[in-house]
Amino acid sequence: MLIRKPSSIPSSAITPKDQYVNRRRFLRGALTGAAAAGAAALGAERLAEVLSPRIRAFAGTRLQTVKSPLTTTGEQLASFEDITHYNNFYEFGVQKSDPAQNAGGLPTRPWTVRVEGLVKKPKTFDIEALLKLRPLEDRVYRHRCVEAWSMVIPWVGYSLSEFLKQCDPLSSAKYVQFLSYYDKHVEKWASETTINWPYSEGLRMDEAMNPLTLLTFGLYGEVLPNQDGAPVRIVVPWKYGFKSAKSIVAVRFLDKEPPTTWNDQAPNEYGFYSNVNPSVDHPRWSQKTERRIGLPFWQQRRTTLMFNGYGQEVASLYKGMDLRKNF
Amino acid sequence: MKHSTVVFLKVLTWLVCLGPVAWLVWGAVTNTLGPDPTATITFTTGLTTLRLLTVILAITPIRRLIPKLGWLIRFRRLLGLFAFFYASLHLMTWVALYAGFDLNAMASDVLKRRFITVGMAAWLLMLPLAATSTNWAIRKLGGKRWNRLHKLVYAAAVCGVIHYWWQVKTGVLTPMTITIVVAVLLLARPVLALAQRRRARPVAA
Repeated sequence: MLIRKPSSIPSSAITPKDQYVNRRRFLRGALTGAAAAGAAALGAERLAEVLSPRIRAFAGTRLQTVKSPLTTTGEQLASFEDITHYNNFYEFGVQKSDPAQNAGGLPTRPWTVRVEGLVKKPKTFDIEALLKLRPLEDRVYRHRCVEAWSMVIPWVGYSLSEFLKQCDPLSSAKYVQFLSYYDKHVEKWASETTINWPYSEGLRMDEAMNPLTLLTFGLYGEVLPNQDGAPVRIVVPWKYGFKSAKSIVAVRFLDKEPPTTWNDQAPNEYGFYSNVNPSVDHPRWSQKTERRIGLPFWQQRRTTLMFNGYGQEVASLYKGMDLRKNF
Repeated sequence: MKHSTVVFLKVLTWLVCLGPVAWLVWGAVTNTLGPDPTATITFTTGLTTLRLLTVILAITPIRRLIPKLGWLIRFRRLLGLFAFFYASLHLMTWVALYAGFDLNAMASDVLKRRFITVGMAAWLLMLPLAATSTNWAIRKLGGKRWNRLHKLVYAAAVCGVIHYWWQVKTGVLTPMTITIVVAVLLLARPVLALAQRRRARPVAA
């Protein structure tokens, strides 16, 4: 059930849809004009792309959804404004407000997801087919960033396991890797960092098959805005946010741990598992508490829960493991 | 320079320097500090401190290069005290909003987290400078000793920049601009001194 707290989203804070669609239309017009002016300088292929851009405003389209028993109850939802204007999506800039400004060019149609690695036969799934694979569920999850802030987000999607079953992985597949979209022309802000793109994340097979792990297409009952990882992303609610790869274009089955982006950047700070764990500090800050987004500064601080409060569903995955070592 | 001009420029400096804290107070009252107000307050106070430190470090090289602007020195104490004011607000943000006034949490932060250790060092380096900013202190210490003590501002600025780098994620280059500015301003000192010595040396016949 979606309970929108009316006071949390002032209507003035939301850009009306016709306005932002207009802005995109204007941008497209401007691009076309610029292309005409500089046609000589542009290659024919790029010119064709500019004249008939793949950029389309799908965000905001209503999705048909059903209720889910796996939804989290009793939490106040973050506002749509905050969920869509406070993002870590470094391909579109390193400031939290950058992705909302810069992700408009992410071409979310046509979109396919490659399935490769240890599978019976590599396949490619079209986004439209993925949307129809299973009924889309409303799933409210707590979202805990490794930077010690948190939100409660009403996602839309279905269990990733439903999709993975369609991929026919071999029994030798022990891990699954997710690769995000990367095009340095579209995501020119990616060079603000020294990260080796594309963004890569991964899960152990049993983590990926856990019903809580969500293949996500929307939030607040609507198609995902680009800055939140459109058109399809992973959400793993008991792990730090960076484990939930955005805008995925490939799913790869492997027999060993895949390389993952933040673990490559700083292995001492971001482990492969990265389960939310208040008793294992990040080297640079404590993980005992977190700041809830959207509250006044004197109300933000709250206690962080083991596995982000999803211990009942996932603790058994790590039985016998030293979670200090496997952080 | 005319007295009235100095007064006017001092008032202007006060207004500009109070800008960031006024913006924060206004934002806190109207709840418009963005999705993560705690982070906004921390970042704004920290960045303002670093910016003021760069302005302070720029005064001496500018005076050397353009002797006409010698009067800039009259603004350095005010700017320095504002830098210390913002550094203290930044420190209080950590004490109140991160550590929640918990002494154990603070002690473990300072011991375990190098970005907090170096940030704390920067504030401690600025503390004696703020404490000896009065005319009385200058007289008491004597100009030479006072000058030597206030060279600590270089160390404070360097610690501040390191604090910034160690706080951001590996691979994020946001602190680059301010690092380059501070580096240029610090290097300008020996370079200008060398140039001056060259000029002073008599040309061999």
